[in-house]
Amino acid sequence: MNGRLATQAVIATLLSACAGIGAPRTPHAAPGAPVTFERAEVVRGAALAALGNCRTCHTAEGAAAYAGGRALSTPFGTIYSTNLTPDPETGIGRWSVDDFRRALHEGLSRRGRQLYPAFPYDHFTRVTDDDVAALYAFVMTREPVRARRPPNRLMFPANVRPLLAVWKWLYFEPGRFVAHPDRSAEWNRGAYLVEGLAHCGACHTPRNAAGAEKKDEPFAGGEAEGWHAPALSSASRAPVPWTTQALYAYLRTGFDAEHGLAAGPMAPVAESLATVPDADVRAIATYLGERDGAPRAPAEAAADRVASADEAAGGIVFAGACATCHHSSDALPGVKPVPLAITSSVNDPTPRNALRIVSEGLHPDSGEAGARMPGFAGELTDAQIVAVVQYLRAHFSDRPPWNDVDETLRRIRKEDER
Amino acid sequence: MTSHPPVKDATRRAFLARTGVLIVTFPLSPFPVAAQDGASTAKLPGSLNAMPFLDAWIRIDAQGTVTLFTGKAELGQGVKTALLALAAEELAIAPQRIALVTADTGRTPNEGYTAGSNSMKDSGTAIQNAAAQVREILIARASDKLGVPVERLVAKDGSVVADDGRRIGFGELVGEGFARVRAQPQSKLKDPSRYTVVGTPLPRIDIPAKVSGGAAYVQDVRMPGMLHARVVFPPSYGARLRDANIDGAAKLPGVVKIVREGSVLATVAEREFQAIRAMRELAASAHWDEHAALPQGDVYAALLALPSDTSVNADTHTATLSAAKIIEATYRRAYQMHGAIGPSCAVGLLKDDALTVWTHSQGVYPLRAALAELLRMPPERVRCIHAEGSGCYGHNGADDAAAHAALLARAVPGRPVRVQWMREQEHLFEPYGPAMITKVRGGLAADGSIVDWAFDVWSNSHSTRPGGAGNLMPAWYLDPPLQQPVPKPIPMPEGGGDRNSIPLYTLPSLRVVHHFIPDMPVRVSALRGLGAYMNVFSIESFIDELALAAGADPVAFRLRHLQDRRARDVVSAAAMRFGWEGFRPRRGLGRGFAFARYKNLGAYCAIAAEVAVDHETGRARLVRAAAAIDSGQAVNPDGLRNQVEGGIVQSMSWTLFEAVRFDATRIHSFDWSAYPIARFDDIPDRVDVDVIDRPGQPFLGTGEAAQGPTAAAIANAVANATGVRLRDLPLTRERVKAAIGV
Amino acid sequence: MMDLRVNGTVYAVDADPDTPLLYVLRDHLGLDGAKFGCGLGQCGACTVIVDGKAIFSCITPISVLGGRTIRTIEGLGSADNPGPLQRAFIDEQAAQCGYCIAGMIMRAQALLDANPSPSDAEIRRHMMPNLCRCGTHMRILRAVHRAAKPAANAAADARKPGSGA
Repeated sequence: MNGRLATQAVIATLLSACAGIGAPRTPHAAPGAPVTFERAEVVRGAALAALGNCRTCHTAEGAAAYAGGRALSTPFGTIYSTNLTPDPETGIGRWSVDDFRRALHEGLSRRGRQLYPAFPYDHFTRVTDDDVAALYAFVMTREPVRARRPPNRLMFPANVRPLLAVWKWLYFEPGRFVAHPDRSAEWNRGAYLVEGLAHCGACHTPRNAAGAEKKDEPFAGGEAEGWHAPALSSASRAPVPWTTQALYAYLRTGFDAEHGLAAGPMAPVAESLATVPDADVRAIATYLGERDGAPRAPAEAAADRVASADEAAGGIVFAGACATCHHSSDALPGVKPVPLAITSSVNDPTPRNALRIVSEGLHPDSGEAGARMPGFAGELTDAQIVAVVQYLRAHFSDRPPWNDVDETLRRIRKEDER
Repeated sequence: MTSHPPVKDATRRAFLARTGVLIVTFPLSPFPVAAQDGASTAKLPGSLNAMPFLDAWIRIDAQGTVTLFTGKAELGQGVKTALLALAAEELAIAPQRIALVTADTGRTPNEGYTAGSNSMKDSGTAIQNAAAQVREILIARASDKLGVPVERLVAKDGSVVADDGRRIGFGELVGEGFARVRAQPQSKLKDPSRYTVVGTPLPRIDIPAKVSGGAAYVQDVRMPGMLHARVVFPPSYGARLRDANIDGAAKLPGVVKIVREGSVLATVAEREFQAIRAMRELAASAHWDEHAALPQGDVYAALLALPSDTSVNADTHTATLSAAKIIEATYRRAYQMHGAIGPSCAVGLLKDDALTVWTHSQGVYPLRAALAELLRMPPERVRCIHAEGSGCYGHNGADDAAAHAALLARAVPGRPVRVQWMREQEHLFEPYGPAMITKVRGGLAADGSIVDWAFDVWSNSHSTRPGGAGNLMPAWYLDPPLQQPVPKPIPMPEGGGDRNSIPLYTLPSLRVVHHFIPDMPVRVSALRGLGAYMNVFSIESFIDELALAAGADPVAFRLRHLQDRRARDVVSAAAMRFGWEGFRPRRGLGRGFAFARYKNLGAYCAIAAEVAVDHETGRARLVRAAAAIDSGQAVNPDGLRNQVEGGIVQSMSWTLFEAVRFDATRIHSFDWSAYPIARFDDIPDRVDVDVIDRPGQPFLGTGEAAQGPTAAAIANAVANATGVRLRDLPLTRERVKAAIGV
Repeated sequence: MMDLRVNGTVYAVDADPDTPLLYVLRDHLGLDGAKFGCGLGQCGACTVIVDGKAIFSCITPISVLGGRTIRTIEGLGSADNPGPLQRAFIDEQAAQCGYCIAGMIMRAQALLDANPSPSDAEIRRHMMPNLCRCGTHMRILRAVHRAAKPAANAAADARKPGSGA
């Protein structure tokens, strides 16, 4: 990865130049009298927080909501989310609304420290001051929880916080959203949300070696938390194009009949979006729906192949392990997952999602109805998982076979060990 | 069947035994024996009243092996062990030396259904008394043989022992038909203070096999030449089969026969997976005409709009008492399913014009009558043998699977046919616990006491068991189909939808009305507790609402209105065990209390619950529960605790998660993904159950006592934790979140 | 035909390769401990241990089991001679209908084999794939604790009320 080493070298060289660059510090805000908020403002802030899906990142598994401590894997190491509750010692209890706004708009903490863009302020900088105030009202009325997050485990130079000033100088353009006068109100609302709070590009846009989104490839597909985030643009490989209606259904309910389920990191996103005003989900769908409206490029013709012995073996596994649920007919009333042929995981350029789903399965929250699939990591050896995933690709997709199934599974296993 | 004059004293019995006059015959009558020919018409204890001959219950062979017969079935509630304990105690023989035969129309008494928490009252009482009376017969015979008066003899360790040390084993005392005598109304029961078996935590006899894979269930029945069958179910209620590729399916590997009778369609194969594969292929090729019409929109409004029959269960309403404060509330409960972990299964064999069915039905005798009717066979040619299924919690698919097995056995005579329902089939076609609505209105006096109470409950039938063949679901898909009979309500004091509709509290003015809705758009029947789950939920939630309006502590408020001493005892015990006084609620953590006496006739149960509510998601979790149970004489206290713990956990699952979902034509709750139930991360941190033993008191059924109080205790705790009162079951996280807001 | 190694014995099994292990165990080998609960990998009544991991035998075709080690409840002990975990279940009377219990025991056995002293939270999380409809969970947890080795740190780790409910 020469680009990456070069960037590190540049950054290291600039180290001394950075010494003088810093943001002015704000004095400690005195713990003042508790502020009260209008209920309507808190309700508005709740919807905005759901649109931004703050809770998922700022809550550790099984722990108190918004109290931080969730581990986020990045190419530079592991970062832990901060405590967003109004606890004065360990949370943001002492933050004024201006402090809060600076974090979202400029990526700076109350004391002027650089914040890691794992907190996507490159998107949140678009959010209006009014919406920031509503979000502030919401977070400040959460239950205060005393919890310190574990220390980040980042590699050099990412672990040198002041160097983020350089990163920002190279890649970060602060500024509020500017509406496009020639587009509809709904489109603009969608653009405001997608580019801002909903920060879709943070997962769905590819990143460069420095971990910044590639501005010239918006929504061309990315990676998040070990999953592939498929392209939402014309680079999408979905056999059926993502229309506005399909996007709306998918985001609102977590399911679309022609695309499948919201799985992996999209599952909590869809759960969140089920609680926000309907018009906002429509707006998001409208804005994104345009991006994949282009006619489908024909799939590269798969060369005529004779099914390999492995595929035959994969077919037997499929018949015994998968077909009970993944059959093609209405054989058993009720049990009818979406046809595998139209799912993104089978059609993606990478086998990553298919491997994760087959290995880990799908598990809704306890007590909640939702698609439930067992993971096969115990039932099948890794070699057998590879075989069945190759069978899925060959049998259900028009796309050429993946040639990195083995390697991707190995990488996944390694990621999960960390 | 030879009838004998009643034997009134020991010498006469002994005489008859010596002369060997008594003949052993065992009536295979499906009907209980009525009191006959001028015999004593005094009521006999428990089920003895219907089956008065002692040898219907107890046999002893020449080796001294005791065999006990009960018409009840083991459902996982531990009844086998409890019955053994009673017999062991009275016969003074170790429980391990007693064999127990359950529910078999060929061998055991007819005790109707194992249901309603009546097993101990009916069968336990019968067996306890029969055992005591058989013991006295043995002692009388020993007296005769040893020439020692009965006062100097005791039964001990399977023998009769004289005070001079001589002993005769039971095996030497029995002869032809020695117990072929009618029971007496009174028995010399052992003094409870001298119990050595009853009241001790006797290990369940069935558990060792269950933890080691021993064949224990109807699903494990295997017979030589047995075939495997799977039914292709319709996609919705009342669907008619137009066509299916039967010829093609018949050619699939291992298929012995494809059976079609009207819209009943099934595959029969040599091997199980062959039957499954063939079922899938056949189902894929099948075309159905669907026309189910399920209630849409507000299901409760739809139910309330159906015609109903009204009955007044209690009316002491006094217009003269005036209330200082009146509150009203309406409660609702969704359709909920049994969801037995093991989908229903049965094995049928038609051989030499006789049909035998191995089934986990709760009522082998009623089932036998229904199958005989279905197949147009004489009942004497049909035998139903109970083999344990998984917990059924009421009327699930067991009888229907037995009907499938009977039809398929007839289609392939001479070979046993095993029918196993699939998970989706059990979920979609089992009869659910009915959706219900209650409306409560209560008046408080100025001094904070309840002066007026009006309770209305609307419900479908809670019992559509066979009965007749018309209640066997497969019969509705034959050509011509049998019609499901119009259901009739179960009369009070047991009740169905109105079970536990009358509070046990002392209320000066009270009116309780049951609105029975015969039309059943969704298939329904008995689910553990029947109407008691919802009625106790409603009553105990409303009691808390009244307590709040009166500014009273919920426990103190209940005690204020409870006179029954045993009721007060369980309330106090549960509150103490919980630490009610010292508990400090805070936002997101609350306490709740509830009490009920099951059917106002059964066990007394009080439950205190601590519930945590996550403010962000609305998810409620039962953190811990403390319960007190009084079931009269506690035959197996650990068994009681097991039942109450289990009832609390199961009711918690119903109360927080469970509702059957459907659209205009089809049920949607087809598996555990679509109908989630509690998993290990929902389980409370601890559940304490205090058993209040009442030696010598009648046995009170326990299996269903915890369902209703758990629901109310949880709802009351949620109200305490959040300040909002939820009245719709289940208390899903969506509902809680919507109520508590941001 | 294929060979399956079950509880230390190799069996030659005549069944189609796509046949799930559950039916082979029950119908071909007479090992009825594993139960049919759903056939969908949702309830765990069919749980057995393969290569040390607890798996759903209802969704595992025998074609994938060549050369792998299968353990079922029958391999842990018998009614007359129960193994330590089975003994713990008997002592705690951890069963009502008992239909889920063989699966529960195998799921728990796999945990104890890998982690002899699990915490209460670890046991609960590990047992999530298995359903019990009778509500025997409290006793099942007690039985697993009973069979576990006492942890070096004996402090109780009861879940704190209000934590991430």
